Amino acid sequence: MSTSSIKTKSSIGVGQIILFLSVAILVIVVAFPVLLILFNAFWVEGHFNLKNVIEVLSEPDTFKALKNSLIIATGTTIGSTIVGTFFAWLVTRTDLPHKTFMKSMFLVPFMLPSFIGAMAWKMLLSPNAGFINQFFIHHLGFTGPVFNIYSYLGISTVEVMYLFPFVFIQVCGALERMDPTLEESARISGAGLLTITRKITIPLVLPSIMSGALLIMLYSMAHFGTVAVLGIENGIYNIPTLIYERIHQSGGSFASIRTGTVLATVLVISAAIIIWAQRTILGKGHYQIIGGKSFRPMELKLRGLRMPLMIFCLAYIAFTIVLPTVVIFLVGGLKTYGLSFTPENLSLDNYKFILFEYQVTRDAIFNSVTLGFSAAIITMFAGVMISYVIVKMKVRGKGILEFLGMLPFSVPGSVIALGVILAWSGKFGINLYNTVWIILLAYIARYMAFSLKANSAALEQVHDSLVEAARSCGATMWQSLKDIVIPLVRPGMLAAFFLIFLPSLRELTVSIMLYAPTTRTIGVAIYTLNEDGETVISAALAGIALIIIIVGQTIINHFTKKEGA
Amino acid sequence: MDIIRVEGVAKAYGDHQVHEDLTLAIKKGECFTLLGPSGCGKTVLLRMIAGFESPDAGKIYIDDTLVSDADDSHQEIPPENRGLGVVFQDYAVWPHMTVFDNVAYPLKIAKRPKDEIKKKVMDMIDIVGMHGLEKRLPSELSGGQQQRVALARALVGNPSLMLLDEPLSNLDANLREEMRFEIKELQRKLDVTVLYVTHDQEIGLAISDRVAIMNEHGKIQQIGTPWEIFEKPVNPFVFSFMGIANFMAVRREGADYVVGTGNQVVPWEKPVGEDRQWSAGFRPSDVKLSRSGEGLKGVVKRANFLGAMMDYLIEIDGEHLRTSIETHRALTQDLMFKAGETCVVSFLNLLWFRAEELQEVVKE
Repeated sequence: MSTSSIKTKSSIGVGQIILFLSVAILVIVVAFPVLLILFNAFWVEGHFNLKNVIEVLSEPDTFKALKNSLIIATGTTIGSTIVGTFFAWLVTRTDLPHKTFMKSMFLVPFMLPSFIGAMAWKMLLSPNAGFINQFFIHHLGFTGPVFNIYSYLGISTVEVMYLFPFVFIQVCGALERMDPTLEESARISGAGLLTITRKITIPLVLPSIMSGALLIMLYSMAHFGTVAVLGIENGIYNIPTLIYERIHQSGGSFASIRTGTVLATVLVISAAIIIWAQRTILGKGHYQIIGGKSFRPMELKLRGLRMPLMIFCLAYIAFTIVLPTVVIFLVGGLKTYGLSFTPENLSLDNYKFILFEYQVTRDAIFNSVTLGFSAAIITMFAGVMISYVIVKMKVRGKGILEFLGMLPFSVPGSVIALGVILAWSGKFGINLYNTVWIILLAYIARYMAFSLKANSAALEQVHDSLVEAARSCGATMWQSLKDIVIPLVRPGMLAAFFLIFLPSLRELTVSIMLYAPTTRTIGVAIYTLNEDGETVISAALAGIALIIIIVGQTIINHFTKKEGA
Repeated sequence: MDIIRVEGVAKAYGDHQVHEDLTLAIKKGECFTLLGPSGCGKTVLLRMIAGFESPDAGKIYIDDTLVSDADDSHQEIPPENRGLGVVFQDYAVWPHMTVFDNVAYPLKIAKRPKDEIKKKVMDMIDIVGMHGLEKRLPSELSGGQQQRVALARALVGNPSLMLLDEPLSNLDANLREEMRFEIKELQRKLDVTVLYVTHDQEIGLAISDRVAIMNEHGKIQQIGTPWEIFEKPVNPFVFSFMGIANFMAVRREGADYVVGTGNQVVPWEKPVGEDRQWSAGFRPSDVKLSRSGEGLKGVVKRANFLGAMMDYLIEIDGEHLRTSIETHRALTQDLMFKAGETCVVSFLNLLWFRAEELQEVVKE
């Protein structure tokens, strides 16, 4: 037969193009800046120099910052682990009333920006002007402040309030998935409930507790916002705040950048150690007894403690979530900071002012929304492409792609910001310093991991045969991507978009290192206005930010519930 | 003439050599089944023909066009340009498109005029018996209906060759039986060559013009009509793959062939060859049981009443065999044996294999 339907013309290697683009994006956006940090830290005047690194680290200021980071992170980790485990146990394993409500409330701090919380606590508990301290001094006859929030304890406590959900979620999951027969068989063997908890339950969920705790350690070591708001006043710096302070004060001098890179290297190394520890714990096979199935676990009767514990939980929620939020909105409504909360002192004027009149805040809102939107769109599409290479393509070395994509997930924001400064301030021909583009690049690097996770999960659902079927129907690689793959991963892309858009609206750590007078973001504006003493304006802007975040989160929840149904 | 020619193809995944020097030809217009146990590499071969995998060595021709050449020109024609219809085990019906859009896709890609697409798609939907369901989404269809959509989609572009990869294994038994005849009908009606890959010998025998049997190592053992494969298997592997197989050890003593450890001489057709140790292969349906007469004397070791059937385990001089007989026939013909009774066994058909050949199969 001569009238063959086979076309001997072959199409260009779409696979190679996708692979090349993916590698290019990750190398330019992630690998290059991070490598520059390591290079600058260890490479002085043209040769490798470890002595200089030690010198920088043993300067009194840097050494103190290292110590502070460690003290705060340790305190925060211990506190969060206790709080998170206790509440997780309460809502999964006891007959506490209104458990579902409590569980969702304990997750609220996840979406609240901790630096806004820190601002609220500063208003409540600063030694002299804090509302609570003043109340105790003026009305209860105290001679001094009851609690000084400008302290290690104060900083750690505030961080615990916002970070404990990391442990809470992990432990809840483990307790819910644990096979109850493990406990029941211990009970049949004659063990009391206390013995079971000590000998069976806790050892079984220990990996989850540890993994959540390490996540908090990682986060707290590199945490900027809370320490910046509460620590600097009393001279408490940790690594990220010191990097910021040095670079900010010197306007990016060589010495400050060097100190920055050395400190950033310390952060990267400690992050690597923490992640290695977490992998080892999770990889030991402890998890095998915890299956994917959902069981109905044994519930402990709280009896006489039922009501007191419920009141305790409600009080905790009121004190740590409701109170700070209310304070932010109230202060945002005050005419001048320091006036009392009476109806004649409160109005919506500040809110109107920042939304419609004040150029700084209007710019900040505009910048954050456009930056967040652009970063989310770009990262969403880049994420689909890179995930496609990682999940679907059979190429060697894609493990490196995965590593590079996930790297920013564990590399602290201040490190990314510093890397971006090193890479894009003109040293290599392109100078983006003091423009929005440098912030955009940093956002893309920082949020790539979110996009990869959401898109990889969606792509894994798209079976290879769906694409092969399209190919056998005559579609080229491009056509099958466009007609089959993209429509099917759209939910994952949408999830990625929101997972990036929302956090970027409240982003502080990266933006604070990169902003110029005209490129402030919402987070930067709140922080700098607060530093400049514009407390009421800053609180009003924080209130607006909270509203945007809560509305956005509600939309996401709505979407994800629909997808699940 | 041959529509597919596979010449000296090799394929390995890491250290695992799936195919080595594989050669196969499929004639135009036939329904050809590639039959083999799971994991033998039959799907890999189909995927190489479709263009989803590239061979490490060898050449593949479709319609006399070289589509894969790993030896000389290293040319690979991508799957979309091979002009095939492919049906997958998991249907691979696109969940975000309606039945109509699924079936119309190959024509849309080929940029055919709208009304031609509409007519052809509706015709094809009728042919596969999905009339009236064209606006449904795949999630609103049963497994069998989804597979019909996949068939329609593979056939709508009027390909000269259709590849089917275990298309029925996700369906339940009744539907499977129904669908296999429909596939055969479609093949005849549309005059398309079919390459069907399966591990299910029943389907292979039912619909094929020719069958190729592949062993675990990807080696083709025998190619022939279903009847040839069933009646004249070339080796114990093919024989046991085509249904329940019994083997009985037989030894040569001079010109006689003696069963097991005893001294009963096999009175039927003798093997050809000089070997001393032989195996006589037979299917349960080839066994004839009686109380007396010509045959081999045996002892009933166990008798099981299974309702419609009587199941017996019989020993002949150290060799065990199982057979069953319809209960009502056993009753009317006095063939209800009890354990310990003697019986006479004769065979309607014996296939002779050398004992070492059988050893190889058992080892694997």
